[in-house]
Amino acid sequence: MFSSPFITQPNSVSQIMLRVLLALIPGIALYVWYFGPAILVSITLASITALATEAAMLKLRKRPIKPFISDNTALLTAWLLALSIPPLAPWWLIVVGTAFAIAVSKHLYGGLGSNPFNPAMIGYAVLIISFPVHMTHWLTPHAMSGVELSFIEQLNYIFNGVLPNHLTLDAITMATALDTMKTQLHLGLSVTDIRDMPIYGHLAGKGSEIVAIGFAIGGLYLILTRIITWHLPVAYLAALFATAGIFHLVDPQHYVTPLFHWFSGAAMIGAFFILTDPVTSPTTVKGKFIFAIGAGVLTYLIRAFGGFPDGMAFATLLMNICVPLIDAYTQPKVFGKKGAGK
Amino acid sequence: MRTLFSFHGGVHPATHKAESTRTPITRAAIPSKLVIPLWQHVGNRSVPIVQVGDHVLKGQKIGRPEGKLSSAVHASTSGTVSAIDMQLVAHHSGLPDLCVTLIPDGKDEWVTHAGVDIAHTAPAELRHLLRKAGVVGLGGAVFPSDLKTDAHHHQMRTLVINGAECEPYITCDDMLMRERALDILHGAELLRELLQAEEVLIGIEDNKPEAIAAMQLAVTQAGYRKMEVLSVPTVYPSGGAKQLIRILTGIEVAAGVRSTEKGVQCFNVATAYSAWRALAHGEPLLSRIITVTGNVSHAQNFEVLIGTPLNELVALAGSQPDTTRHIMGGPMMGVDLPSGTVSVTKATNCIIASSPKLFPPPAPALPCIRCVRCADVCPADLQPQDLYWFAKSNNFGKAQEFNLADCIECGACAYVCPSNIPLVQYYRYAKSEIHARSVEKLAADKARERHDYRQFRIEREKTEKAQRLAQKERDAAAAKASFDANLAATENAQQQTINEAIERAKAQAVGTHALNTEALTPEQLAKIAAVDARRAKLHELAANAGADDEPPKS
Ligand code: SF4
Ligand code: SF4
Repeated sequence: MFSSPFITQPNSVSQIMLRVLLALIPGIALYVWYFGPAILVSITLASITALATEAAMLKLRKRPIKPFISDNTALLTAWLLALSIPPLAPWWLIVVGTAFAIAVSKHLYGGLGSNPFNPAMIGYAVLIISFPVHMTHWLTPHAMSGVELSFIEQLNYIFNGVLPNHLTLDAITMATALDTMKTQLHLGLSVTDIRDMPIYGHLAGKGSEIVAIGFAIGGLYLILTRIITWHLPVAYLAALFATAGIFHLVDPQHYVTPLFHWFSGAAMIGAFFILTDPVTSPTTVKGKFIFAIGAGVLTYLIRAFGGFPDGMAFATLLMNICVPLIDAYTQPKVFGKKGAGK
Repeated sequence: MRTLFSFHGGVHPATHKAESTRTPITRAAIPSKLVIPLWQHVGNRSVPIVQVGDHVLKGQKIGRPEGKLSSAVHASTSGTVSAIDMQLVAHHSGLPDLCVTLIPDGKDEWVTHAGVDIAHTAPAELRHLLRKAGVVGLGGAVFPSDLKTDAHHHQMRTLVINGAECEPYITCDDMLMRERALDILHGAELLRELLQAEEVLIGIEDNKPEAIAAMQLAVTQAGYRKMEVLSVPTVYPSGGAKQLIRILTGIEVAAGVRSTEKGVQCFNVATAYSAWRALAHGEPLLSRIITVTGNVSHAQNFEVLIGTPLNELVALAGSQPDTTRHIMGGPMMGVDLPSGTVSVTKATNCIIASSPKLFPPPAPALPCIRCVRCADVCPADLQPQDLYWFAKSNNFGKAQEFNLADCIECGACAYVCPSNIPLVQYYRYAKSEIHARSVEKLAADKARERHDYRQFRIEREKTEKAQRLAQKERDAAAAKASFDANLAATENAQQQTINEAIERAKAQAVGTHALNTEALTPEQLAKIAAVDARRAKLHELAANAGADDEPPKS
């Protein structure tokens, strides 16, 4: 059936998602630079799992496979999840997480466009609750540990759990900068003392702070090319900064600087790539602000006072729940009815 | 320098206007036959006043307006009426309608006609002349101009003349402004007089520098005061009446509000031109400028007699063998014509010969990903993604609540949607459903009244029977005269209540009847048929789009 408009802008879900994947590449490149190629293994594993699960679910749900599998959304979920978990984690961890994210949090909720929660964050949440120990083995940047696992050695560990004879897991992994900060504060050290520890760089964790900058650059590219709008990332980062700033001003020895929060953990990738998932974020501009500010404040509170190493994922999921409500209460006024006092 | 306003959203599709502006407007030859629809305007179909076999002259009235909201129809050239029957017409419903078929005699012989002294003619008389000349809005809305020039006692500040022509491919207004600027301005001045508007603002998109220059020069030549030609930024749909009014005056006219209430009225440049020709020269609306473009060898603008068959017109521009269909209007809001044999009407501003290469069929629709690209471009500040959801789930109440009525069907949302969802089709579907339901509801109300009355009658008969029975019993028990008298009194009182009730019911029935739901006119039947047809198409569409129809399981 033909009906106007007869022309469309040359864009598609698949192209949009491809651009988002491209925008992740600077961050990933820096990741490889500082931590070795293991992350590429988890990204590959996650991608294969995601595509296979997507195809299987589409088949089960009797949906056409081709248009959906080529929309690149499953790949994006896979990449985001892979980037959220330690690259040296055993291979099945990423496989289980990705399969769960795609099968349960995406397809059981109705597939593309209908899932209320960000699938990658659901995958992360399931993993951190079920396998908390495996989720803490983050790689130490090799510039610091002085040891560098070869790619083969990394593969051997991921798939067989075997390390070279002379090494222990502790020698090559560590807790994240955020996690260490939290544990050491509990042990009674001050922020200044902790920041002197070798794992910290100029802004936050050595290496990871640079990776975060890589993600921010990718995010700016997305804003400049109008794939995403600035509202969510800016409001999120501002809220995180403001909340962290207030605490830091009150007690700088207990509460680390806002910049540290920006460049630690998932804040940057979250601001530009996770919150901005259109399906699970509000549609109105006002709603976007509410959503992002809520997520920013929650991220901080969970980081500072909660039991998990990072707050981004749970903050996102909590705000995801509120989206229908936020949308309903932030409907803009239509043409001709502005200022009509609604 | 006047400050212009802007409206929310809008898109920038490739304009494709250069193709058809290389040659001046050409007068199209008199075709082999003219099929002139009697219903080319908003309102009631005009009534044929000629008979098969009649010889008519150019400009002779062949259809008289019926009722207040209607307009006249004329013979576009001299010739013989060969048929008055139902023919396919260029209309989005794709349904046949009553047409007068005229075989031209080739002489193009005018009926006697003359203009009036506009300055010394009463406004009411001028309006009547517009109606008699069949002048309607030529921007596509074809609303009778006589009614639009009535300000309804509102103080009119601005008359907006719409030369924006924002739709891609269409250049008929552009060429008209380049070549006949003075007549347009005379028409604008005339409309200003009728409306008693203070100022005239002529809005033209800045991608038409030649037209802007021509019009500005003409304003200086004509020396009209408080008349200004304004170049407005090129953004689709700046040529929507509401959008242009907003751009030029900052005033927003909501759905269901008459713009005159806000002190502004808007006419298309071609309408102004035709109004002038009608009043100053006595020429009824017999022809109009039409862009013929798309898949043709030399796209250009023609001055075409109303009723010219489409394929004869397209042939003048060089039809191509791979043309599969014709679009009337532009690619954003145009309609796919049911056949190449339909004839052009007053609403035809552009014909795009289309091939699968020119407008490839859309990719299969994916589910909405809530990216709000649609809301970002919606000139009516709507949330198209929500409206889509409501329309798809047949939640029409919600759709209305979210201001579906304000949707101008501009297509900007569907143009940007990365999921290729035919959003506007869903809105048209929802609107026609809402319309059909209100018609159905009226009919149902009427049926319920009838039912209630029947119930009431049955009840009444029962009571009467019971009363008669009781009376008999009582008669049998003790036939006392005093008793009878009493009873008669009760009965009287009851009868009176009943009579009153009947009167009430009758009065109600009359009230409902006035709404005309019982005896549907051909127009209404046609409308309902159109609605049904579209509904069927939409169900088909929904079934094909299928993939995303599963509601979220939560
Ligand atoms: S543009 Fe399409 S996919 Fe995006 S929100 Fe609108 S309807 Fe949904
Ligand atoms: S078609 Fe309607 S909903 Fe879509 S952009 Fe135009 S006015 Fe908005």
